Amino acid sequence: MAGGAASGGSAASDTYAKARHWLLLPSWVVVGIFVLAPVLMMMVYSFLTKEFRGGVIWEFSLSAYDQFFFDRGLFGDEPAKIDWTYIAIFWRSIWQAGAATILSLLIGFPTAYFIATRPEKNRAIWVFLITIPYWVNLLIRTVSMKFLLRDQGPLNDFLVNIGLIDTPLHIINTNLAVQLGLFYSYLPFMVLPIYASVERYNFALSEAAADLYATKWVTLRRILLPAVKPGVIAGCILVFVPSLGAFLAPDLLGGAKNFMIGSLIEEQFKGNAGNWPFGAAISMILLTMVLTILLIYARQQRQAEDLS
Amino acid sequence: MKFLTTSAMALALMANAASAEGNLVLYHWFEYMPQALLDKFTAETGITVTMDTYDSNEAMLASLKAGGLGTYDLSVPGDYMVAIMAGEGLLDTIAEGELSNKGNIAAEWADPSFDPGRAHSIPYQWGSTAFSVDTTVYDGDINTTDILFNPPAELSGKINLLDSQGEVLAMAALHMGIPQCSTDRDQLKALNAMLMGAKAHWASFNSDTAKEVLVSGDAAAGMIYDGFAAKARAEKDTLQYAFPTQGYVVWMDNVVLLKDAPNRENALKFMDFLLVPENIAAVSNYARYASGLSGTAEFLDPELASLPEANPPAAAGAGAFIEVCDKATQAVYDQIWTNVKK
Amino acid sequence: MSAKTDVKTFFGFKGITLLCLVILYAPLIVVTLYSFNASKSITVWEGLSFHWYLDVFVGPESAKFKQAALNSFVIAIVAATLSTAIATAAATAIVRGGKFRLRTASLGLISLPLMVPEIVTAVATLIFFNSIGFTRGFLTILVAHTAFCIPFAYLPIQARMQGIEDTYEQAAMDLYATKTQAFRRVLLPLMMPGIVSGFLLAFIVSLDDFIITNFVKGAGVETLPTAIFGSVKQGLKPNIMAISTMLLAVSIMMVTISYFVSKSDNTK
Repeated sequence: MAGGAASGGSAASDTYAKARHWLLLPSWVVVGIFVLAPVLMMMVYSFLTKEFRGGVIWEFSLSAYDQFFFDRGLFGDEPAKIDWTYIAIFWRSIWQAGAATILSLLIGFPTAYFIATRPEKNRAIWVFLITIPYWVNLLIRTVSMKFLLRDQGPLNDFLVNIGLIDTPLHIINTNLAVQLGLFYSYLPFMVLPIYASVERYNFALSEAAADLYATKWVTLRRILLPAVKPGVIAGCILVFVPSLGAFLAPDLLGGAKNFMIGSLIEEQFKGNAGNWPFGAAISMILLTMVLTILLIYARQQRQAEDLS
Repeated sequence: MKFLTTSAMALALMANAASAEGNLVLYHWFEYMPQALLDKFTAETGITVTMDTYDSNEAMLASLKAGGLGTYDLSVPGDYMVAIMAGEGLLDTIAEGELSNKGNIAAEWADPSFDPGRAHSIPYQWGSTAFSVDTTVYDGDINTTDILFNPPAELSGKINLLDSQGEVLAMAALHMGIPQCSTDRDQLKALNAMLMGAKAHWASFNSDTAKEVLVSGDAAAGMIYDGFAAKARAEKDTLQYAFPTQGYVVWMDNVVLLKDAPNRENALKFMDFLLVPENIAAVSNYARYASGLSGTAEFLDPELASLPEANPPAAAGAGAFIEVCDKATQAVYDQIWTNVKK
Repeated sequence: MSAKTDVKTFFGFKGITLLCLVILYAPLIVVTLYSFNASKSITVWEGLSFHWYLDVFVGPESAKFKQAALNSFVIAIVAATLSTAIATAAATAIVRGGKFRLRTASLGLISLPLMVPEIVTAVATLIFFNSIGFTRGFLTILVAHTAFCIPFAYLPIQARMQGIEDTYEQAAMDLYATKTQAFRRVLLPLMMPGIVSGFLLAFIVSLDDFIITNFVKGAGVETLPTAIFGSVKQGLKPNIMAISTMLLAVSIMMVTISYFVSKSDNTK
């Protein structure tokens, strides 16, 4: 999802140059009004005063950000201390998303590599097999995962039946369940970009290395990996970024102890808290984090392109 | 492309136009209204009922204040929330004579303190909130609030709390023996500290899955409403509902007429429908709570009268309604709740 | 074995690939199987039955799910149609509009919904509709879906258009076709595979969306994902598995169509 900024390719043709502004107008209007304007409005809201349960008062206030970073005691009159709770929720989200990314990489890289080294006519069918589950409703996939992982669910039944374990594993409502859920949600995002770069890789380089008596693993690490690094990084970003703001996996697979950013934001609007400016402020912080990651990525991409 | 767009537009209109003549939009608790009763209302009046659900009074209030007002006709707040909503100006007034079945309201519920003279509401159901414990996990005395706030080792880490500020904080006040709207700083600090300590023993905050987590065994003890507890026990008979000696929460849910209701006439018709003993008894039979009408006895499931969840033992503490605090005090309680949830 | 394949093959990679497929498909297969379970309980298998499929269509909750399905499909069709039309116009300007100042900015704007986390878009849209006093309902979902589907429709369309040399249109215009004619008679037919892919992608993305819909939906307007989410909260029931299986079939059908459309495109 991230890095979606399509390059647009080279502007080779100018056949419709005269009409270009009219052609772009609908997308400017629709995305501008219904995505860009709302995000700007949200930024404004994060600096407003909260009304008692839901809604805002149009008065400038920094209290939403203050609540995020500082603890001023029960009555709001103690000296400000740094409040670690919300930072901890962000940290947990980063950690969960990171674990899911690593898990996806461990499974996704060999898969992508394997597919890319199949005979050319078979590759499309492998890619097709990998992408189908992604097109199944995310909610349904998460629910299926929940069903599969239950204490008395099919996975545990299976493991007990083949005698691998004696008592069912307790996975549901743990961090592991959330990580598995995120991993499952975004695994194809890891496979596809890596596949694309391995496919482009020139295996003559590996053969040359092998001729110089490099072992296969050394060749993989020293020759192939640097060459396909852009694909690996793209895959990691594509898994990490949506995992960071995920709502369904933590909500359905984790218990309350696995509160992540998505649930924290949802609670401010749909739940008990009804604190809109705070919800807007958390969203702004999340957005800033994601855009920073994308910006760094885009800059490195450009540098890599300049080099080559 | 043009054909596609036109047919898509036609489809969109179709989806929107569904029964424009007689609608009623109900904002209701989850799993609390039997579909059969709504179908009966539709059969009698031709009015289509759309129902949206919420899982706590506070969530309903937040949603209504966040642009929900003007889209719903009726909602079903608990006692204290009726008072808060009236204070916020979210309720419409039912004029004298607009409800023909108002006389069916039982005398003790006809003029409650949270809505004097029933100007905005009619009674729906009433019951209690405490907690259920799986007696196969813990077989000691369960009739104490210690189960939630200072639990035995067997239950620690296996407790589900309702995701409802009013109920959790009222229960905590009963546990500590302090007023619900305390302004005493030491009491408030002690309350906050007690909850922070208790939090380590809790597994989750869930209202709409309060029954499910107990039945599935994900939680071994959980805060729950009495009728919901009866349903849970029907699915797993080792679950027992507690009546703590320190006291428990009692509540009455009420159907209120919302301000700017888009279908005010139909809303009043539905209120009148719910004031018919036979109809409200169907809710009681389904949800396992008591109604606030007289004359329901002959329609009730005989089993209801003897439900252990509805009959507190002699040793039980007093039932307490949730109180409405003034805004300054409420701000401190909101802060405590934020601390609990984060 | 030749030295060439030797360099390429790594021990265990095939196993991991198969494991990957098992992980991807196991939950879906399990749910499909259990949707045919005769038992009311989701934990015990009591034999094959279509009972839950019948329940979806005539059971007590059928009215709710039928309305939700109708809403979902209407919204997905309309949103995908509108966003595909908008994306086609935009792609024409970007790919065939020469170099101009707003080109990069326009690309950035179009891909904005891809870069902003979904939950943030959801919150922002809710705040926006609320502050302009737009009553939440069917229309708010439709508008929000149209906006965030644009980049999904745009990507395959742009990719396709870049692959088409503009010599075809130039040739048509040399034969005195107007620009509009060249666009409609030459470019548009050539772009059809890209447009169909874009439409299907947007359609599925709209059908799939839960988070944004959950925030902007109004009183009683449910789509399939929000209705399913509401039901799932109270425990996974077999009728939900039956609905899931049917949605699964729809998704697989769409992807298969899209696969063959793009394949026929490659063989040209």
